[in-house]
Amino acid sequence: MSDIALTSPVPVTTEPVLIRSLLIGLSLAFVALFLFAPLVTVFVEALRQGWVAALDALRLPDAQAAIRMTLTIAAIAVPINAVFGIAAAWAITKFDFPGKAFLITLIDLPFSVSPVVAGLMLVLLFGANSTLGGWLIANDMPIVFAFPGILLATLFVTFPFVARELIPVMIEQGRAEEEAALTLGASGWRTFFTVTLPNIRWALLYGVLLCNARAMGEFGAVAVVSGKIRGETATMPTMVEMFYNEYLSVAAFTLAAVLAMLALLTLLLKSLLEWRHADLLAATRRH
Amino acid sequence: MYRTIQIGGHTLAQGIFLRSLGDGRIEIDAGHARRSGHPVATPRSSETVSFHSAFRKALTGGHLRGGLLAGLTGLVLAFGGTTPAAAQDSIEILNVSYDPTREFYREYNELFNVWWTAQGNAPVTIRQSHGGAGAQARAVIDGLEATVVTLALSADIDAISERTGLFPADWQSRLPHNSSPYTSTIVFLVREGNPRGIEDWDDLVADGVQVITPNPKTSGGARWNFLAAWAYAERNDLDPAEFVGAMYRNVPVLDTGARGSTTTFTQRGIGDVLLAWENEAFLALAELGEDAFDIVVPSVSILAEPPVTLVDGNITSDALRAAAEAYLQHLYSPEAQALALSHYYRAWDTSQAAPEDAARFPEVELVTIADFGGWPVVQPEYFGEGGIFDQIYEE
Repeated sequence: MSDIALTSPVPVTTEPVLIRSLLIGLSLAFVALFLFAPLVTVFVEALRQGWVAALDALRLPDAQAAIRMTLTIAAIAVPINAVFGIAAAWAITKFDFPGKAFLITLIDLPFSVSPVVAGLMLVLLFGANSTLGGWLIANDMPIVFAFPGILLATLFVTFPFVARELIPVMIEQGRAEEEAALTLGASGWRTFFTVTLPNIRWALLYGVLLCNARAMGEFGAVAVVSGKIRGETATMPTMVEMFYNEYLSVAAFTLAAVLAMLALLTLLLKSLLEWRHADLLAATRRH
Repeated sequence: MYRTIQIGGHTLAQGIFLRSLGDGRIEIDAGHARRSGHPVATPRSSETVSFHSAFRKALTGGHLRGGLLAGLTGLVLAFGGTTPAAAQDSIEILNVSYDPTREFYREYNELFNVWWTAQGNAPVTIRQSHGGAGAQARAVIDGLEATVVTLALSADIDAISERTGLFPADWQSRLPHNSSPYTSTIVFLVREGNPRGIEDWDDLVADGVQVITPNPKTSGGARWNFLAAWAYAERNDLDPAEFVGAMYRNVPVLDTGARGSTTTFTQRGIGDVLLAWENEAFLALAELGEDAFDIVVPSVSILAEPPVTLVDGNITSDALRAAAEAYLQHLYSPEAQALALSHYYRAWDTSQAAPEDAARFPEVELVTIADFGGWPVVQPEYFGEGGIFDQIYEE
């Protein structure tokens, strides 16, 4: 009996068709209701008054400033966190040192701290009422309620993405190849660029995409430190809220739709990556 | 050679010419940073660039393309350096305001700039920041570099003066009418046809009536709401604390600002009655349709005075001071008063207002904050830590 069960193509699940289709239907309904419907609503609301109104909304100086702000923030925050992520993952996986577990926990901190708390920490640290903040403001270098504060808030919340993607991959790969390179006389940099980086490049790209999606979408932490100055310290998510509160729903939903499209583009890139390089990804990451 | 360039919609920067970028833009050394942008013909001509042409230019999106082309470092400089303190050459006013004034100041800023340039001045850039009055005051205390604050009540401006010393404690005597260029009052917004039959304050404590009002800790409007309800109870020989407590037990959501409460009530459809600024209630009718909501005027309400003042400590130049002072004083001009009236504020000067704007406001018996002893007494007693609101809300 058991021999037959092992070799014949009997389905593993034995639920009747009815149960199966019920489960599949439930999952599809859930996805449609909670993911697809809201997304469609955003686009429907944006186009409620037609393409022209939506495009006009994007031409508003405040909307353009917000788009520019978000793209700039992402363009700075993502490379910084990519470099940091590689450095942290490299240090954690290729070397042994005391306090390693503690460092890994620290890197995860932004995942567990509420973004609002992250924003308030920045206000407390760099606000006018702290010694450091007072000095910076007196010297015309305000951090909170200005560009640097928004950048810091974004850096904080997107901190772990790249490192978190890289660490499991690099642990799995071990140190043998780097050690081989070193015994062959390669320098540290050469080892990194010719051995380590090619091994982690897909995981790195994956981490960067996730990091980028979050950097562009972050609301909570940025809202606390932005000061809500229209056209100056408003990012796309905060501008969406402002437009919505001003009864400019077409502008709000158009900007939200642009944000959603940026997110979808990120997902598309991610899927393309997985599809084109499935074998490489499978080889380098298993989680 | 000194050149003046345009870096934002109508932001100008001046500095030593460094190089031409080939696409018509030039790069200059502005002393603290390098900037790039389209040159204006001569340094003097900054005064001839009209606000409207600059505004139109911003609308056509030319500077978006320019901004993106400028690349990463250029963008960092452009964003990092446009704070009022850093851009000495272009005058930039940051107006930190409360929630319901968004539409009014959007139009007033244009009106002011037209008038200001007609006086022979260079156009000023006016930035707006809106939120719950208490939260906005908190941001200024924490270092938001407001040039002027236009908040919902004087207690929040007092708090800024007290904690930062950015301007004198007697700021409210610097401009007419207690520094309040416009006033308003508190009314009820109910759903079309008033299905719950809400006519006065005592209908708000009935079982099952859902009342929408923001949090008095963060919202100025909410504090006026609270005091108006309190005044009604006192007038009608009810225990005010018990009455107001019963009202707050009917509140399902406490938003942080007036506009948040308005959207909760109008767009999310929560609640039977919204306690709203009169101007906010009229605006909701105008924006969302007269046939969706009705305004109910209670038997007694409160005269709400949202004051304005200059934040002296954040003024970095004489030119900025002149522009910012004119910005506040011009709020009292007949045309600005007419604009305030058209935005449903009870302004003082009706001489240039459309007749229907001036005649819109229903007669209502108004108590004033002076009847409560003034904000310096009311703020700590009613809304301070452990004050009457805290005691009521804990029950």
